Amino acid sequence: MVDFLFYLFALITVLGAGAVVLSRNPVNAAMLLIVSFMGTASLFVTLGAYFLAAVQVAVYAGAVIVLFLFIIMLLNVDAAEQFRPDYVTFAGGLIAAALMILGTLKLFERGENFTLLTLQELDPVGVSTQSFGMELFTTYMLPFQVAGILLLIAMLGVVFISKRDKETRKDAA
Amino acid sequence: MTIGLNEFLVVSGLLFTIGFVGLLIRRNTLVLFMCLEIMLNGVNVALVAFSQFNGTMDGNLLVFFIITVAAAEVAVGLAILVALFRKRQTVYVQELNALKN
Repeated sequence: MVDFLFYLFALITVLGAGAVVLSRNPVNAAMLLIVSFMGTASLFVTLGAYFLAAVQVAVYAGAVIVLFLFIIMLLNVDAAEQFRPDYVTFAGGLIAAALMILGTLKLFERGENFTLLTLQELDPVGVSTQSFGMELFTTYMLPFQVAGILLLIAMLGVVFISKRDKETRKDAA
Repeated sequence: MTIGLNEFLVVSGLLFTIGFVGLLIRRNTLVLFMCLEIMLNGVNVALVAFSQFNGTMDGNLLVFFIITVAAAEVAVGLAILVALFRKRQTVYVQELNALKN
């Protein structure tokens, strides 16, 4: 049962991501990205990382996608893109993809360093939000604070960057 | 066939590859950002899988921070995009060549 669910979620994730890359309309791409993110969250659930699955849905599928859709709406760029890739770039991308997949598969030939556990025998960590908070507020206290400061700086930066300066306002008038 | 760590790593590699190819072949800056998110997601899957199969919390926490930083990155990136669109009226990378020559 878990095996079947894993394959289902993996398929949803990968096909969603592939559809994002191939869709011509940015709004469709954003919607398909939600599908891919939900698939990733489901994979986290099969691994037993329930808190991360919830964070994934709330932050990625919620906040980030809404931000994308807002920008698409503001810029009014939902016209289909003329999709004519440079063939050299395209070939380079395919070669890189092939190497990446080959490298991942090659990794398994020396798999004796990795665990041989299966998903059924897994004893997941980080199941409860409590264990997560415990770790976050003891071992990872400093990174946690730094992340908070980073978010503050990002917010200030966004406000500063997207503020209309005097010059452009004069141009518009 | 039973599911182990390897299957999760394959999914992770595939996601990263799809995002990377998309980053190379697409022209719309918004879609490029989405491809970046796909790549980050691929890495997240690998980190969570390693963390759970090794029984340590560290990978989980790292994914938490990656999600935080990715959210900040998207916000700043899209703000830059808006500022750029005001000046150049385009989101296509082939037309954003102000640094050329």
